[in-house]
Formats: sequence, C-alpha cells, structure tokens
Amino acid sequence: MVTVELYKLFTRPRTWISVLLICALPLVVAVFVAVTHLTPPPGQGSAFLSAVLENGKLYPAAALALVLPVFLPVSVAVVAGDSVAGEAASGTLRYLLIRPVGRTRLLVAKLLALTTFVLLAVVAVTVTSYLIGVFLLGPGAASAPAAVAQSGAGGAAGAAGGLPTGGIQAGSGVTSLSGAPLSLLQLGERVAWAVGFITVSMLGVAAIALFLSTLADSALGAAIGALAALVASEVLVTLNAASAIQPYLPTRYWLAWIDFFRQPIFWRDIQRGFAIQAVYVAVFLAAAWANFATKDITG
Amino acid sequence: MTKRYGAVTAVRSVDLDVRAGDRYGLLGPNGSGKTTLVRMLLGLVYATSGEIEVLGARMPREARRVLRDVGALVEGPAAYPNLSGRANLKLLDAAGPRGERRTRRKRISTALEQVGLASVDRRPVKTYSLGMRQRLGLAAALVRRPRLLILDEPGNGLDPHGIRDTRQLLLDLSADGVTIFLSSHLLAEVEQQCTRVGILDHGRLVLQDDLDALRGPTGRVLVESPDAGQVATLLNGQVEHRDGAHLVVRHADPAALNQRLVGAGIRVASITPQHQTLEEVVLKVTGSGDDQW
Repeated sequence: MVTVELYKLFTRPRTWISVLLICALPLVVAVFVAVTHLTPPPGQGSAFLSAVLENGKLYPAAALALVLPVFLPVSVAVVAGDSVAGEAASGTLRYLLIRPVGRTRLLVAKLLALTTFVLLAVVAVTVTSYLIGVFLLGPGAASAPAAVAQSGAGGAAGAAGGLPTGGIQAGSGVTSLSGAPLSLLQLGERVAWAVGFITVSMLGVAAIALFLSTLADSALGAAIGALAALVASEVLVTLNAASAIQPYLPTRYWLAWIDFFRQPIFWRDIQRGFAIQAVYVAVFLAAAWANFATKDITG
Repeated sequence: MTKRYGAVTAVRSVDLDVRAGDRYGLLGPNGSGKTTLVRMLLGLVYATSGEIEVLGARMPREARRVLRDVGALVEGPAAYPNLSGRANLKLLDAAGPRGERRTRRKRISTALEQVGLASVDRRPVKTYSLGMRQRLGLAAALVRRPRLLILDEPGNGLDPHGIRDTRQLLLDLSADGVTIFLSSHLLAEVEQQCTRVGILDHGRLVLQDDLDALRGPTGRVLVESPDAGQVATLLNGQVEHRDGAHLVVRHADPAALNQRLVGAGIRVASITPQHQTLEEVVLKVTGSGDDQW
C-alpha cells in the first residue's frame, strides 16, 4: 500500500511542481544577492543570508530559512489536506476501501508518503541551494568559520521572541553561528541534522492537515484549516501576552534548527522542538485515525 | 438493516435476501436509499442497526475477508485522472489482497477485454468519455474474478451498444456462477437481466420476489384477429377490452382459446397470454403520486 501511495505521489505533476517552486525561491534570492551584493546586516532579515556572500556553501542553511516560514508549510498543508479529502471527492477513496485496504493501513501509508514528500522537498532545497550557492555566490574559503555571536544565549533569549535574531558575524568562510570554525564535514553533518529537524517540524503540519483531511469534505478546506492553525500559532509566538502557551505552540521551535550551526550545538530548543512535534504528530494522527476508522464514506 | 443520518432515515428495516447464483436487481427511484444500501453492504457506511452478512461472513467486521471476493461499482466509476486506465487498474490491484503481481498483467488485460476496452492505449483517464470510464470501472470490479459483483447503476453513461455488451457480459459471468447484485432506477435494465427483484421505496423494501413470479400471467389473453367482431360475439362477456383488431380476453388457457376460435372459423393473427409487466408491479407497490421514476 505504501508503494501504491508513493507511486501516486510521484506520478502527480503537482508534487514536482511544488518541489520546483520551493527550490526556485532560493534561486531567485541568490540571483539578486549575487548581482547586487546586498545582504541584510548580521542579525537582521532571514537567517544566514548575511553570511552567504562570504561563503556560498552556507547557502543551503539560508535557503532553508527562506522557505521554512511559508513556502514549505503551505505545500505540505496542500498535499496533506488533499490526501484523504481529495480522494474522497474524486471517488477513488471508496474503491481503495472496498479493494479492501484497511482504513488504518491507508492512513499510515498516506503519512509515510507525506513524510517522503516533505523529505524530498527539504533535501531538494538543500541540494539545489548548495549548487546555487557554490556557483552563484562562490565557494568561499576552504573550511571556515562564520559564527553567530550569541551561542547558547541566543537560543535562550529567543525563547520569548519568534525569530532568533542571531545573525552570522562576518567570519572568514564556514561558519558556526558562535564564531568557532566548522569543518566541511561538520557542516555537512549539521545540514543533515537541520534537514531532519525541519522534516519533523513539517510532519506536525502534515498531521494537522491529515486530520482535517479526514474531517472535511474538501481538500481545500483541510489545507486552509491547517494553514490557519499555523498562522495563528506564528502570531501567538510573537505575542508576549501569550507567553504562557508559547512553549506548546507548533511553530514555537521551528527555527531551533539554526542552533545546529552553533559551536557547540545548542541542544535545548532542538530537543524541545523534536518533542513538541512528536506530540502534535501523535495527537493529530490519533484523532485522524479515530475519526477516519469510524467514518461513513459517502463521497 | 437500518441507516439513519441524523434525523433522516435513509434505509429502514430492509431485509435483503440475495442467494448464491442470483442475478438480483434492486429497483428504486432516485433517493430511495439504493446507494446507501450498497454502501452498507460494502462496509463504506456503517448500519445504525441490523446485521449484514455477505458471502457468509459478517460485514463490516470481516470486511477484509469478504471484500477480496467482491467486485463493485459504487455510485459511478472513479480513477486517477492523470494515469492511464491500465495504470489505474494496476495501482488498485497492487493496493489490496488477491492481487498477485505474477498474474496481474494478464488479469488486467482479460478484464479490459471483457468490458470492450482491449484497445485502450496509454492515454490518461481524464481524456476518457463517460462510457469508457464506466467500462473501466466495471473492469476494475472484474480484475480479481470476484464471486459476487455489486453494481450500482451499471448502465450509466453507456450507449446502446455498451448496455447490450454489459448485459451479455453479466449473463456470461452469471452462467459461470458469479452472483450479481445490481441496483438501478431503470426498469428495463433489471427486467432484462435479473432473476430476482427487490423494490426499494423511501428506504423500505416494499417487495422482493423472483422476477418470473412477479411477471405471472394475469389470466388474460391478448388476441389479434381481423374478425374481431366475431370474436367479441363468440366470447361475449369474456372480452374486457376491444381496440380495432386487438382484444383483451379473460381466459386462463391461450391454447384452448385458440382452438375454440379457430374451431369457430375465426382467423387469428396472433394470440399471447398477458403477463404483468415489471412496471405495473412497481407502480402498484410504490403507490401513486410517486412520479420520480
């Protein structure tokens, strides 16, 4: 069943178009940066962007920071929101169920296909932006430090604010956000961690959208519902008055992956980020299962 | 079994009795609950109360065991529009039990041949006509040689050729021992291919019987004769209706009547026992004022 879901995912033009669009945004930004040599000053604007002129190898991190807030969650919400409601609307859901495919099995297969999609998108962004960075912005010094000023403190202080403000200090080459140098191997390892963290973060969105997808009649409704939840969360994360609930908001630790680029890695927010996403995935999957397993399929 | 949606009772206390080998036709106007009933049989919709047994096992509890021997067409065909018909069948076959990969290609080709889509090419389903989609849906139901076929409105979207081909296909399958349950709002569809009929009206099963029993003789004989006037004189009192050369005679035995007429020197152009039509039966049991047919 999983192979069937993957086959459907990969034969859908929509999958490739959204991956393409997600990869296109960093390309556009890189072209502008390369042409104008204008980047936001350290500590402002999108994370890592200030450092990419010194070292193009850091561009994957900057690219992930660019697509994470909007592009990635939107495409994940659309694909996940469509996964059950879309098949219900087109009628293929009833033929799958009478094939018969168990409802739980179907839901699990959908989630695995979604995970694959998220991973595909994140890895595609990382790989293309690495190439874009090296070719468009230059490879920089062989192995180098670009470092963020506040290491642990940055993450801790970020607890109240949404976006970490720790930019990258103009170092010579690659880069930890804390000033210490990172070898190329270390950089690769940390990019891999970041890819993993972002994928898990997106699974929280996917779980919410999947739940709504079992609930709603229209795929669009489910996607919009999930996005509404995210927007609300992002608003509350920046609202001091809502500090009491902030640690439990799904987007609260979304940017914690930046801490992978500190030296040493600042694990606290990263661990909390993994934990909170695990809770969201578990709760919404359980809700999706409870709803879907007992639902009358009338579409 | 009964199914309620909130305050609306879509199907109430229906007691279906379909026997192995039957060609069962479920008739009912639009909105009478046919599709809801079919969905309950297939475990898509859960009954509010009652028991459902399909192929000797309880539904929906044993759905996984039951449904692998069932092929179905529910409320129109559905397919992934960007894939070809063949790819759709492959995908569906790979998704569940009884879909051996080794025999898949052959089973799919056979099913496509059976429904007259043998020459189907690699075009995606979104380019298919309504009739082709219907045939593809039927093929999907046939790929694993089911013991029971549940078909909801199988004639939808088919042209006269398609309807005739489908009817012949179902008769052939039935001859091979496949039980066929079809629902339709078209009297002709059921009358021409079913052995047993159930009639659903406002969610109730108002009638269920063998088609032959329903279409029993009315005790009248239709006579056509150029000497209609003489017939009327001879059978005075037994002629219920006369329209030119056509007469309706109350008489139990057409052969005896024929002998009597011919013996009296009356020319008989045609003589047939009158049977109830399914339409008459349906109109009688569904009551007047129901103009949804």
